[in-house]
Amino acid sequence: MAMSKRRRAIMFRRAQYALLIVIVALIAVFADWEDIRRSFFNVDTAAKMFPTVIQTALVNTIIYSAFGFAIGLGLGLLLALMKLSPVAPWRWIATAYIEFFRGVPALLVFVALSVAVPLAFGLKFDINSTAGLALGIVGSAYIAETIRAGILAVPKGQIEAARSLGMSPGRTLVTVTIPQAFRIILPPLTNELIMLIKDSSLISVVGLTAADYELTKFGRETLSRSPSLTPLLVAGLCYLIITLPLGHLSRHLEKRTGGRKIGTPESTGLGVSA
Amino acid sequence: MKSSDVVTDVAVEITGLKKSFGPLEVLKGIDVSVARGEVVCIIGPSGSGKSTLLRCVNLLEEPTDGKIVVNGVELTDPDCDIDAARTRIGMVFQGFNLFSHLSVLNNLTVAQRKVLKRGEKQAQEIALRNLERVGLSEKVNAMPAQLSGGQQQRVAIARALSMDPSVMLFDEPTSALDPELVGDVLGVMRALADEGMTMLVVTHEMQFAREVADRVLFMDGGYVVEEGPAAQVIGDPQHERTKSFLARVLDPTHQGPSA
Ligand SMILES: Nc1ncnc2c1ncn2[C@@H]1O[C@H](COP(=O)(O)OP(=O)(O)OP(=O)(O)O)[C@@H](O)[C@H]1O
Ligand SMILES: [Mg+2]
Repeated sequence: MAMSKRRRAIMFRRAQYALLIVIVALIAVFADWEDIRRSFFNVDTAAKMFPTVIQTALVNTIIYSAFGFAIGLGLGLLLALMKLSPVAPWRWIATAYIEFFRGVPALLVFVALSVAVPLAFGLKFDINSTAGLALGIVGSAYIAETIRAGILAVPKGQIEAARSLGMSPGRTLVTVTIPQAFRIILPPLTNELIMLIKDSSLISVVGLTAADYELTKFGRETLSRSPSLTPLLVAGLCYLIITLPLGHLSRHLEKRTGGRKIGTPESTGLGVSA
Repeated sequence: MKSSDVVTDVAVEITGLKKSFGPLEVLKGIDVSVARGEVVCIIGPSGSGKSTLLRCVNLLEEPTDGKIVVNGVELTDPDCDIDAARTRIGMVFQGFNLFSHLSVLNNLTVAQRKVLKRGEKQAQEIALRNLERVGLSEKVNAMPAQLSGGQQQRVAIARALSMDPSVMLFDEPTSALDPELVGDVLGVMRALADEGMTMLVVTHEMQFAREVADRVLFMDGGYVVEEGPAAQVIGDPQHERTKSFLARVLDPTHQGPSA
């Protein structure tokens, strides 16, 4: 008795649901719920983490990320403009920087800034500067490429209109090209911010005092005192409090600016060329 | 900056203009003189160099050779302050090119404030006056994306006018518009011509050229092949190439494969 293709597809889908139900049922019956609850979600441990996890750890994570993103944006914009410069050496320097910092682990940069640079130059950064600089230096390498793509995606006609109204190349860049580029790259830029927030956990390689703990370090410290997964779960949830809305925002912006894809053929020129 | 204008009867003087893109020579020696207050329409087949000629007049394209003088200022002089000169040369594009991140009002005021250094209040007054001229006062706070093509083009004209130009360049201003929107834009241009604005208009609107232009230039293959009063060039063309071009444009059933 030959089954139709369509019928076979329906049967196959039903079989998958059945399998899932069996697996869930087995887990429900055989798992040691008490044990799981103790290791994953120990209410006492979780309760003890509050309010420090918010007041110190979450706040520090946000502060480090904000510093890092601000520096990353500034440096990234500078690098993007250097890469688009008609002056070749600027392009070479920017390319070298971008390739270097995209190619080495971010952790290395954190160690360098917290240990090597202070040793070599006799400088001492406070913790916000170290975190901000390290995150900014690494982040800018990625952000620069995004901004560059955004600038190139601004339609040539916009720049020609500005120039034909008598705006100088610099004025055009500031008044037309950069504002439009940022509108175009808002979605990928939001993703870069999310990456940067997650990378802020790397600061824990720099021996921190308790007041400087960010989420990951705070989670690990709590973990060493009460060995269960709970502290990490709480820390993880705190990250999600920031990153989920950002991810949502990014997708929303993507939809809103939809249709304008970076690197379309019509995209050209920069307000810098005559 | 009006004072820097040398008052002459000649608004635009183009002599021996050549322009190449790499090995491709697009303009092969153009001589055109436009009197103050004159309306000159440029017609010709696709690829003949009409846009390139127009874009050379405000140096959006750098001429390979030749001389361009606008309002007595030689733009091709290496020492010329091209940004200052451009404030007196309005340009209207086929694709409107309104600043998409700015409202209609800011589209009209941004260059007034940042380039001409006019105060906010004065810039807005001038903007509103020019919006009224193109019949779009009620759109002052709209964003460009909220406007029809015809409305966008009229705002673009108002934006150029807000700089108080003495010459206006139009590159196929109605070619991207739905047929029913063409009339509004041509109406605005006609009014501008009546007010005595010096205009260079690249267009395929033969009716407009016939009625509004003081002079028509026919371009083909990088040369001005024929020029004269509109009635003559369009009504009674002398040159073979002008005849065949007009036959194609005026009677679409004769459309050749390249039209
Ligand atoms: N930036 C450029 N680089 C290379 N070639 C170009 C460039 N701009 C124009 N050209 C070439 O120059 C020639 C003339 O172009 P132009 O745009 O001036 O023609 P046109 O008369 O305006 O035509 P159309 O009626 O299609 O607008 C074409 O062959 C075009 O491909
Ligand atoms: Mg053209």
